[in-house]
Amino acid sequence: MSVDQKMDSGRRQLLVATSAAGGVAAVATAVPFVASLTPSERAKAAGAPVEADISKLAPGEMMTVEWRGKPVWILRRTPEMLSSLEKTDAAVSDPESGKEMQPEYAKNKHRSIKPEYLITVGICTHLGCSPSDKFKVGADSGMGEDWHGGFLCPCHGSKFDLSGRVYKSMPAPDNLEVPPHKYLSDTTILIGDDSKA
Amino acid sequence: MTTKSQELLNWIDERFPLTSTWKEHLSEYYAPKNFNFWYFFGSLALLVLVIQILTGIFLVMHYKPDASLNASGIPVAFASVEYIMREVPGGWLIRYLHSTGASAFFIVVYLHMFRGLLYGSYRKPRELIWIFGTLIFLALMAEAFMGYLLPWGQMSFWGAQVIVNLFSAIPVIGPDLSVVIRGDFVVSDATLNRFFSFHVIAVPLVLIGLVVAHIVALHEVGSNNPDGVEIKKKKDANGIPLDGIPFHPYYTVKDIVGVVGFLIFFTAIVFFAPEGGGYFLEYNNFIPADPLKTPPHIAPVWYFTPFYSILRAVTYPLFGIDAKFWGVVAMGAAVVIIAFLPWLDRSPVKSIRYKGGLFKGILAVFIVSFFILGYLGVLPPTPGRTLVAQICSVIYFAFFLAMPWYSKLDKCKPEPDRVTFK
Amino acid sequence: MTISVFKTLKRLAAAALFAPTLALAAGAVLHLDKAPVSTDPAALQAGAKTFVNYCMNCHSASFVRYNTLTQIGLTEQEIRDNLMFTGERVGDLMKVSASPKEQKAWFGATPPDLTLIARQRASEFGSGADWLYTYLRQFYRDPNRPTGWNNKVFENVGMPHVLWELQGEQIAKVSEHDGVKSIELELAKPGKLSAQEYDKTVADLVSFLVWMGEPVAEKRKSVGVVVLIFLAGLFALTFALKKNYWKDVH
Repeated sequence: MSVDQKMDSGRRQLLVATSAAGGVAAVATAVPFVASLTPSERAKAAGAPVEADISKLAPGEMMTVEWRGKPVWILRRTPEMLSSLEKTDAAVSDPESGKEMQPEYAKNKHRSIKPEYLITVGICTHLGCSPSDKFKVGADSGMGEDWHGGFLCPCHGSKFDLSGRVYKSMPAPDNLEVPPHKYLSDTTILIGDDSKA
Repeated sequence: MTTKSQELLNWIDERFPLTSTWKEHLSEYYAPKNFNFWYFFGSLALLVLVIQILTGIFLVMHYKPDASLNASGIPVAFASVEYIMREVPGGWLIRYLHSTGASAFFIVVYLHMFRGLLYGSYRKPRELIWIFGTLIFLALMAEAFMGYLLPWGQMSFWGAQVIVNLFSAIPVIGPDLSVVIRGDFVVSDATLNRFFSFHVIAVPLVLIGLVVAHIVALHEVGSNNPDGVEIKKKKDANGIPLDGIPFHPYYTVKDIVGVVGFLIFFTAIVFFAPEGGGYFLEYNNFIPADPLKTPPHIAPVWYFTPFYSILRAVTYPLFGIDAKFWGVVAMGAAVVIIAFLPWLDRSPVKSIRYKGGLFKGILAVFIVSFFILGYLGVLPPTPGRTLVAQICSVIYFAFFLAMPWYSKLDKCKPEPDRVTFK
Repeated sequence: MTISVFKTLKRLAAAALFAPTLALAAGAVLHLDKAPVSTDPAALQAGAKTFVNYCMNCHSASFVRYNTLTQIGLTEQEIRDNLMFTGERVGDLMKVSASPKEQKAWFGATPPDLTLIARQRASEFGSGADWLYTYLRQFYRDPNRPTGWNNKVFENVGMPHVLWELQGEQIAKVSEHDGVKSIELELAKPGKLSAQEYDKTVADLVSFLVWMGEPVAEKRKSVGVVVLIFLAGLFALTFALKKNYWKDVH
């Protein structure tokens, strides 16, 4: 004499309606709990754009600024460094920056607004380690004879050139990310905001 | 049921007592059919426990038990609570659910205990259920007290200061004991950290264990009911109590009505009066803890005030030990004495329905005294109020200690054979 | 003794009816004016401006970010242009530039953070808003105080009358009736604002302080309405379901 057997249609309708409403209640209850797992106002405020002063950055040098808790590299490339990009063209997997790893204005070979300055998030696109710089060229670098300068991720060995383009057949799938940025003056860059206003 | 799901169920049942547990505790657990309004509060207490655990888990993700001052000169713990209220998405709702849940827990538990008192639910063979219940009440008081320190407001700090100092009244070991409880010579960061640990880990574990024991003991002997007669005495040919109905579906659907009804009141407070008129969230607790300045008037949260009144009512030294100690003893005894109810009540009947005017009258006086004690506990003491509190404290204890006599003298009506239903 | 017991019992009976209002009646009684608290964005914005210009010279609101003020209808640009002076970022907390330690050295005490002031000042005599509304309008000249100011609600207050240029200067007329001292305030020197204008300025400021105490309050209530309507519907459903099952129980 189970309940199911003698269930009348009114009871079935009520059961369905109550279960549905209960389901809605459960989902609605979950909303604030799931929301509480997302970044707070403090985290968002900490993610606000940061200014970087590049007036003291010499050619061939790189500086690091913190934006949203991540390292952002600013590399002032020498003409030799820029010309190395021609040589690595064939060796990198996405030479034309086809994938959406940069704003529209950095979708070029040098992956930047001004060719001289590379601005990129120093986080490997594989699993989130921060690559080390290997700016020396050739055997000196310890990276082999045909190394043209770039970055090496210490975790799983992904290699990037001096535009942050990833070499072919590496664990990392994509080029290093270029954050939204703009020049406030010739010597000041705002990272995290590229609005025209 | 389709054969596939039946197969899966069989597979599980061969390895885990799923179906048999379901039957034993729900679909073939027979509860008296005459439960009334008062019987909602057991399941509601369980609901509030779930609300507290769930919201607590999420609060711990953002709360910081740290009494040091941040760059703005605000204690980190206090600031982290405001951070939850203002900066964590949905945090305000989770926190209000938790703070309102604390008061709701006591409202529900007090009503649940009163139900036991009305219908003699503590009488043989349910003594252990009652003792587990008293222990749950004690654990709940500890849980609430330690949780109240965590926002690190003025009331948190000075409330803890006063209550911990109670222990220093115990002769010989008292002063050292209170230092061990605090972990410092004053209520401090060390106290905050250990109270946090107890509040989120130790006491909840004990509480859950006791709740399981409470329910296991209940299901062993079966539920009492408003008539106080044992339904297991009259069974049909299949051994099923004549006045029993399966808990599922009858009491599951009924308790869900109770749950939704409760949630209407509960959410009304959460969304429209989360401060509870200054009783659920005290105004002074919006001021960060200041160890150098006591607020002009401090009172415990409302659910402790009856016992706090009893503490303050003791003003005479005894046996050469000062009144402070005996106040602590009286307060402790006021809780512990509840556990002895099964052996104090000698009435031939369980339920208030069949008890005589004597018992009903004394119970009414007891309830009124309890409310007066509760009200006096939020007020600063004056000589007149202290005297009233003393009278009410005597009534409180007399209700229990004189019960063996008046419950026997009481002229009871005969209990029916079967429960009364409609 | 019996009389005091009787009195207490009588008070208890009354208290049962008016519990929150009567609590703590043993202490001094405060007479507070009812604050006309508004949730109107224009009032809140005016209050924000007064707060930033007058209060934030000494007091922080260190739990509030400037961009939270977008909730009272301001744009981030308006906040930057009208309410921020020292080159902070719009996501920064509304803190004073001096550290609490420095302030203690200067003033002898750290001016309290005002984020929660409207919630802190609530009592059995009235809401926190009532207290603030009365307090900010009852400063009077007192040469015996180091600041030259005293207050009818907050006796011997440490804070000077920051809004005195707006309100003008009040003086106290002390009179005694049956041994009870009472203070009447009188405007001796008018300020830039008329009495009504000043009351409105204070009302807006208090409304802002109330908003700041719990910015989510309005949202909380509107979510609450939806939740309660939903639960009422759910209650009807579960009640019908229970009735349906229980028709089999005899």
